[in-house]
Amino acid sequence: MEKLLLLGDEAIAQAAIDAGLSGIFGYPGTPSTEIIEYIQASKEAKQKNIRSSWASNEKTAMEAALGMSYAGKRAMFTCKHVGMNVAADPFMNSAITGVNGGLVYISADDPSMHSSQDEQDSRYYAFWAKIPILEPSNQQEAYDMIHEAFELSEKFRIPVMLRITTRLAHSRAGVVIRQDKREQNQIGIPENPKQFILLPVNARRQYKELLAKQEGLEEASTKSVFNHYYEGENKSIGIIACGLSFNYLMENFTQTKCTYPILKITQYPIPTEMVKKLYQECDSILVLEEGQPLFEEKLKGFLNNGKKIMGRLDGTLSIDGELNPAKVGKALGLKVSEGLPVPELVAPRPPKLCEGCPHADTYRALNEAVADFSKGRVFADIGCYTLGALPPYNAINTTVDMGASITMAKGASEAGFQPAIAVIGDSTFTHSGMTGLLDCVVDNTPVTIIILDNSITAMTGSQKSSATGRIESICEGIGVAKEHIRVITPLKKFHEENVRIMKEEIAYQGVSVIIPRRECLVWLNKKRKEEKQRQKQQE
Amino acid sequence: MKIDIILCGVGGMGALSSAAIISQAALEMGMYMKQAETHGMAQRGGDVQSHLRLSDKEIASDLIPDGQCDIIISVEPMEALRYLPFLNKEEGWVITNENPFINIPNYPEKEEVLAEVRKVKNSIVFNADKIALDLGNPKGTNMVVLGAASKYLKIDLEKLENAVRSIFGKKGDAVVMANINALRAGREVADKI
Repeated sequence: MEKLLLLGDEAIAQAAIDAGLSGIFGYPGTPSTEIIEYIQASKEAKQKNIRSSWASNEKTAMEAALGMSYAGKRAMFTCKHVGMNVAADPFMNSAITGVNGGLVYISADDPSMHSSQDEQDSRYYAFWAKIPILEPSNQQEAYDMIHEAFELSEKFRIPVMLRITTRLAHSRAGVVIRQDKREQNQIGIPENPKQFILLPVNARRQYKELLAKQEGLEEASTKSVFNHYYEGENKSIGIIACGLSFNYLMENFTQTKCTYPILKITQYPIPTEMVKKLYQECDSILVLEEGQPLFEEKLKGFLNNGKKIMGRLDGTLSIDGELNPAKVGKALGLKVSEGLPVPELVAPRPPKLCEGCPHADTYRALNEAVADFSKGRVFADIGCYTLGALPPYNAINTTVDMGASITMAKGASEAGFQPAIAVIGDSTFTHSGMTGLLDCVVDNTPVTIIILDNSITAMTGSQKSSATGRIESICEGIGVAKEHIRVITPLKKFHEENVRIMKEEIAYQGVSVIIPRRECLVWLNKKRKEEKQRQKQQE
Repeated sequence: MKIDIILCGVGGMGALSSAAIISQAALEMGMYMKQAETHGMAQRGGDVQSHLRLSDKEIASDLIPDGQCDIIISVEPMEALRYLPFLNKEEGWVITNENPFINIPNYPEKEEVLAEVRKVKNSIVFNADKIALDLGNPKGTNMVVLGAASKYLKIDLEKLENAVRSIFGKKGDAVVMANINALRAGREVADKI
């Protein structure tokens, strides 16, 4: 028996390798990034020729995964929860096409927004698309469920979602690894030549097929080893524990036994009969779910005229934020232990740009370049440079979603609010900025777009950026005038010159691009260290 | 036997490597373990923490429940205070370096911070930076603090040393010995108390 110490993310990656994966596709995003990184670093994956490089964004990644499935191979897609929004188009329609080779979508949600803009619950997406979900409660289940997810996917010819949250993604535990590793599938296109042609006439038929699959999928949930009914003699409360919340529940019963009946749900669609049994047996129901109250809403219904349903909606648990053992204990009316209060003098220590970060030099120059205009003109984006919102820079005014800097600046400029300036990272630009830039060029909207090129996707820990070495040619190709594509070096010694260039381009009544280019220091140090180690090994 | 540990500090100070060493030692001992980490945005100079849970029985939650942490191991004194709601207030220990890491404008007075740490029933506050510096290993503060904490960890120092060997082995004997010496020096501090 081989037991490895793995992050939840790593357990998923190892399982996929062992389950005959041929390719993994995704865009970096906390807390999902380590899944693809693990496969990229795995010798075993390399030997098996598993493709694993980063995609430009989640949409292109998911479509490539679907294409690999079309060709008969097992494919996997990973993203953080908000990446599901980017991939929503192929996501919804891939439920209609169904799959050929097994296809598993991993969405890593971030309740409490440790590194995110919202705490959307990806299970809603899967319910919307009518595809099954597996929601592991621990690392071992994550490993085992990947095998099951591929089996389910190929059996029902449907994509399967595996949904995790930050605490599982970034928590390590011992995981037992299977010794019987599955070979990759052979290439083979779908038997039905119309399966992937979503003309309305085909789509209507395919949709009926998707609807017809639901009964079998629910039966699979009912029979699943991952859903379990624990009998209990105290019927005053029946507990529904979804995914990770099951652990927090059990943590409250390390010394005593839980006497309430518990329905542990880690595979969906919801197994109706199991829920009915719990509802009929118990006086009230407590729903524990990490994320938003999806299950609870369904159980309560619109009229809420049945038995008492407790959870996030009635205030038994907080409606936002992740769960923990104390929250669950209190929901059950248990006496929970308390530590000491945090002394008042403890100050928050928010993240900040690193010492010597190129973005800091850019922001210093930008602040000076816009000092003569009224406030509120800098539309920024998602990345390390979002930290420019904090003191001492206070340099940006918006951060909404990947790519929104350029298009929001465009809209503001078209409202007559000029100058309007966009700040976007290199990787974010190729993720979702290029189409917005095209809109600007087509309308010749006066905007100044600053593309921060640090040659890496820095925020998520130095992943290769699709933009590296291509930014000027992309901008030129999209139609930005060559003389208004300006490359600067964000260093103190060029400060005056950089301010001057920014002022010139801000004054220009058309589309201009400024590219402050200097490598991310974290990445540079990492690269140097790796280089040193390589040299040592060669010696 | 169960040990619930919080390791904390500021991004880049080595709190997570200490966690890796304890985990490795626990794994050798055949214990169950779970270790939850901070990744992503917070690592950029923000506060980082790791919940490390070890037990001879299976562990349910990845997070330590409030009031049940046995030991807070910190490379920075204010950071040690941030996690007090997790500490077992009667039996839990706080082991921390005494020197502030000041990267915020509103860092409180050092003496006031240390006074708050000393209010905790069981605590060791000491100048781990100086010990590391005296050993010629200025980056070894985290190892010195871990050495001091080892007295209360229910894990033999020798086991931690073996873990250092297996984790840092690739980097050569000099790195291994520097870290082991830092561990031992930290342990001496705790033994004298």
